[in-house]
Amino acid sequence: MFLLLPFDSLIVNLLGISLTVLFTLLLVFIIVPAIFGVSFGIRKLYMKTLLKIFAWATLRMERGAKEKNHQLYKPYTNGIIAKDPTSLEEEIKEIRRSGSSKALDNTPEFELSDIFYFCRKGMETIMDDEVTKRFSAEELESWNLLSRTNYNFQYISLRLTVLWGLGVLIRYCFLLPLRIALAFTGISLLVVGTTVVGYLPHGRFKEFLSKHVHLMCYRICVRALTAIITYHDRKNRPRNGGICVANHTSPIDVIILASDGYYAMVGQVHGGLMGVIQRAMVKACPHVWFERSEVKDRHLVAKRLTEHVQDKSKLPILIFPEGTCINNTSVMMFKKGSFEIGATVYPVAIKMALELLTEALGAHDSRPASRAGEERMGVGTAVAPDAIQVQPFASAGDGNTGSASVCHAHLSWEVQSLCGRAPWGHLCFLMQTYRDDRVSHCLLPELSQALPVYDPQFGDAFWNSSKYGMVAYLLRMMTSWAIVCSVWYLPPMTRETEEDAVQFANRVKSAIARQGGLVDLLWDGGLKREKVKDAFKEEQQKLYSKMIVGSHEDRSRS
Amino acid sequence: MGSRSSHAAIIPEVDTIRQETGFSQACLLRLYHRFQALDRSKKGYLSRMDLQQIGALAVNPLGDRIIDSFFPDGSHQVDFSGFVRVLAHFRPIDDEDASNRDPKQPEPLNSRMNKLRFAFQLYDLDRDGKISRHEMLQVLRLMVGVQVTDEQLESITDRTVQEADDDGDGAVSFLEFAKSLEKMDIEQKMSIRILK
Repeated sequence: MFLLLPFDSLIVNLLGISLTVLFTLLLVFIIVPAIFGVSFGIRKLYMKTLLKIFAWATLRMERGAKEKNHQLYKPYTNGIIAKDPTSLEEEIKEIRRSGSSKALDNTPEFELSDIFYFCRKGMETIMDDEVTKRFSAEELESWNLLSRTNYNFQYISLRLTVLWGLGVLIRYCFLLPLRIALAFTGISLLVVGTTVVGYLPHGRFKEFLSKHVHLMCYRICVRALTAIITYHDRKNRPRNGGICVANHTSPIDVIILASDGYYAMVGQVHGGLMGVIQRAMVKACPHVWFERSEVKDRHLVAKRLTEHVQDKSKLPILIFPEGTCINNTSVMMFKKGSFEIGATVYPVAIKMALELLTEALGAHDSRPASRAGEERMGVGTAVAPDAIQVQPFASAGDGNTGSASVCHAHLSWEVQSLCGRAPWGHLCFLMQTYRDDRVSHCLLPELSQALPVYDPQFGDAFWNSSKYGMVAYLLRMMTSWAIVCSVWYLPPMTRETEEDAVQFANRVKSAIARQGGLVDLLWDGGLKREKVKDAFKEEQQKLYSKMIVGSHEDRSRS
Repeated sequence: MGSRSSHAAIIPEVDTIRQETGFSQACLLRLYHRFQALDRSKKGYLSRMDLQQIGALAVNPLGDRIIDSFFPDGSHQVDFSGFVRVLAHFRPIDDEDASNRDPKQPEPLNSRMNKLRFAFQLYDLDRDGKISRHEMLQVLRLMVGVQVTDEQLESITDRTVQEADDDGDGAVSFLEFAKSLEKMDIEQKMSIRILK
């Protein structure tokens, strides 16, 4: 015991020195650039290096598999089965033609064989359908060195295993503590900074300070997640007196946007840490917080938002009209919400690449965005399990990393309730929507917004919110390689005179979807879900009826 | 790492299933992932609900009948081997099957007769081996919805049953069903090719 003492003090000394060095480095390379909003390009370099390593690892893996004569598990980007896109009518005719000895006439009639069509179609959808198909990380084209994602893991050579181990070491022993320290710094600075600024007298100086405190803290938080964000068209950044409307992809959306602009947040007052942050923030600048009781009153919310927007000196409001509920009871408020207020809307498209919650929302409804335009079931497009109609968009502006992009159809009604349990409901300053039969119909389209496109190259982070809590989720995010995303500021939009709020919301939504290369989901979801399915089914039945009894004109003629 | 350690090994009873269904390992693996994706709560089997959640199936007029075919004899769950066994009916017939077939073995699931039988049982609601006029009417109603009047549908049913019914018992047996479809290219029409 006695002898060990000198070593102990040596260890303590070393630890002290390394901590000092770490914090100095932190200060110089992260916090200082965060304050001035500059970047040394370290993150970009880091990302490029990672991409190169991934590509190399994938190559090695393929080679290894070839040597061992194994078939690599290839991601099925083209679906599981071969299909030819024909319409119901053509296909049934084709079936009849193949079986009929009679000269082919077009007289409508029923054939026993017609059932083959429905039967095969049905089976096809069981084997593979557009929407339910989950795009899970195992379908990544290259391995991202996070073992949790890859099926081909066992073909890895020794060298790759070492590389992987190194990755784990770096991620958990270096990145994680660094990120936690940064997050801690960022949040405490935000609380302290805004509180201090709050005591200053109103005026230019306070505004200036408040803005910079906010920006700085968000930038630190962005670095805490190693988020590599590319902002496009910054000339269109939201201006005062407007509403910034963004698609909602993850709990960190707020941080991503707020680190590049100064917004007024809208949301519900929370307890706990969030509450502390919120209370501090509102002292420094006019955020719009609602009490739990107020949230239910959507007129009040609309009124306060309108007031805020009409004051041209006030900051643009940041809203995610997709909305995620806070919980099952106080679900959603905000009727045709932000689009009814009449303010200029600044759409923003956020496209997450990476390590996000592809599975987090519990639904695995995702499809590669590149598979647009495939018509199914004659009606047009596939119908999600929750009767979301997918209107595919050609994937636009998808030049990020070249790997398949995924869309994630979240926000089904069930999923929304699931989100109620999801912790980020408490993290984000989300607008809630009103759960009311009457309103929901007109309000849902606007909630649906464009959906996130993930490029899960750098991680998988499947966050099953029912399984993992917020801490586990954050841990996964913080131990992944990075979060890469693009933000597009779209030109401001205003409501046309003849347009109603819903149409306007849809227009904004498709603009966002187009820009982000996202799938634009049109849904009249939720409570009307059954009706939707029935309507599509009827469409099929109508088409088929025409085949066996002819259309009405035919009948009247005969 | 021998061939045993390939990924298909994660599938329970993969060899038995392979023999029975004739699917290749790669196909089985694809289907297994699909099965797992459909099995949302990771129960290890699929329930009716799991299949009903497939939107594109829910809009299929015969969706419910198709789902029924996965749950014979009133069972409420289907495991992977049961799931694949149903899907195996839709495996394309390749030449290998025809040449290598052991006459002692039972007919493969994807034979012409089994494909036909699968379609037949979609009509045969009570699984008594006969399509009665009533059953035909019901299935037709599923297919056309409310678009066709009762009289029209009844006359169609009568005509169809009469055409197929050889022995005049007012119902269509499987043999009669197969006979009336004998010219049909079932092999192709009831096949789904799984991508490699």
